[in-house]
Amino acid sequence: MLEISDLVTTYGPVKALDGVSISVPAGKITAVLGANGAGKTTLLRTVSGLVKSRSGKVTLGGQDITRTPVEGMVRLGMAHVPEGRGVIAELTVEENLRLGGLWRKDDDKAERMEEVYEQFPPLDKRRKLSAHTLSGGERQMLVVGRALLAKPKVLLLDEPSLGLAPLIVNQIFTLVRDLVDRTDLAVLLVEQNAKSALGIADTGVVLNLGRVVASEDAKTLLADEGLRHAYLGF
Amino acid sequence: MSDALTQTNKPDEKSLATEGSPQSGRAGGLLRSTLVRHVGLMLLALVGISLLLETVSPFRVSQLGELTYFIPAVAGLTVLTGLNGQISLGHGALMAVAAYTTSVLLDQESPLPFALIILIAVAITALVGALVGAAAARLHGPYLAGATLALAVGVPGLALYFEETLGGEQGLSVSPPRASPNFATFMADVTGESLSGQKFTAYLGWALSLLVLLLLSNLVVSRYGRTWRAVRDDEVAAELAGINLGRARVLAFVVSAACAGVGGVMIAIITRLTAPTTFTLVLSITLLVAIVIGGLGSLVGAIIGSLIVVFLRPFVTDLGAEGGLNAAQAANVAPLVFGIVLILVMLLAPRGLVGSVRFAYLTRQAARQAKAQR
Repeated sequence: MLEISDLVTTYGPVKALDGVSISVPAGKITAVLGANGAGKTTLLRTVSGLVKSRSGKVTLGGQDITRTPVEGMVRLGMAHVPEGRGVIAELTVEENLRLGGLWRKDDDKAERMEEVYEQFPPLDKRRKLSAHTLSGGERQMLVVGRALLAKPKVLLLDEPSLGLAPLIVNQIFTLVRDLVDRTDLAVLLVEQNAKSALGIADTGVVLNLGRVVASEDAKTLLADEGLRHAYLGF
Repeated sequence: MSDALTQTNKPDEKSLATEGSPQSGRAGGLLRSTLVRHVGLMLLALVGISLLLETVSPFRVSQLGELTYFIPAVAGLTVLTGLNGQISLGHGALMAVAAYTTSVLLDQESPLPFALIILIAVAITALVGALVGAAAARLHGPYLAGATLALAVGVPGLALYFEETLGGEQGLSVSPPRASPNFATFMADVTGESLSGQKFTAYLGWALSLLVLLLLSNLVVSRYGRTWRAVRDDEVAAELAGINLGRARVLAFVVSAACAGVGGVMIAIITRLTAPTTFTLVLSITLLVAIVIGGLGSLVGAIIGSLIVVFLRPFVTDLGAEGGLNAAQAANVAPLVFGIVLILVMLLAPRGLVGSVRFAYLTRQAARQAKAQR
């Protein structure tokens, strides 16, 4: 679904991505792992256009989207949930969700919203509450829900576990896994928390200093002790 | 602007009807529509203002008139700064654009109908707003303040440069439009006394102010309002939700400038003189003061802020004179009290008057809900 080939991104003299190629198939979760500064977040930001790539190519369902502006991405079916949540604190839960479907003209938005509420029951109870009253886990659910309202084909998730209790992390990961199994969503998941991420992912990609050092089936990666010690720290 | 508004109201009415908020159970179906509710409120306000204008002294009528050039401009600015997060020190200059347009158009041999002049002045101001907004969309915080400050300082200078048409330092004198014979007769029949020019101007100003407030109050709860707040709070999240940041910012500036334009039209026909000294930086800053006192982003706050800005100083001066101060002393106490009020508001209600009340309400509501869930 999403094909990243030979992507290079630089911040001044620093090469944050140094020729990264990853394939993200529909109906699968691809986890990108690595230490701090490996280029994980840069990868997502480059794919969604928040950062311009130096060279390389990104295609979505065969269409070249390397130079598409950020706000155009979501129309093509790519949803990016940025690191650190991005909840609009002053708007209510419902208004936040509506932002996700703002650009869509179709009439099934209300249904879509109900689906999100069904998937994330804690949000259902807080529809009219301003988003700044939500807990970290609820905020994460809200931004994922908002991304889903756009009916994406590809979902980019940046560190959904950041600052959340292990129990909540599990809950959110299970929800994502369910979603991928039920629909044909392609997920590109960036995580520090390698163990949990590999628990739900189909494929694991390990980044180090802007390069792909391993790309394996998630189970194989979990079993590879050498790699785990060298790059993933467990 | 009106075109954007018609697009806006439709989806929102629909969505509000489906939302079925808890309060709407006891209210009638019509009251659920934001548009109908706001229109009703504005009509009520118009009646109230008419009663007020008919009962108070001519001096108060002139003060109430003065309010009507602040209210639209302040309301427009609070949408821009409070909801979209763009600061503007140049709204006084935008008012100047509308005021000069109005003055020049009124100063013709056979001037256009006044309604048309208002439309032209507002449209030109909105256009200037679009240009400024396009530049402003790339700037943030202090840089934006600096750029708009340049506007506030520069625009009145144009009047000196084009002295032939714009009257230079002396300015242009404005002959305010007169009431149409029908309206004058109608008012004379209803109130039993003839309609003074000043009173007519106040009526006109209030009608325009309430119209602006009506349009804005619908706009801020529409998708545009949500978009603006999203852009203000988190650019990345807004962009990723498919919002074109630049377009949202420029649109906010255009809407805000159009409102300042209405204020500019009123300032021209109320002061009857359009001169550079009216549109100094002080005017722009007064507008900012009004939105901050009232509470950023709140239209009710904009009204309260305008009231304080217009009425506080004369009120204190009167009080001082009654308390035995001589005229000069009383006049000097006013700015002091004004400053103290500003400091007190910032200390006691840092979110502005309306903002602080709303925050306290939201906090209590959240606490109640949390309790109910337990």
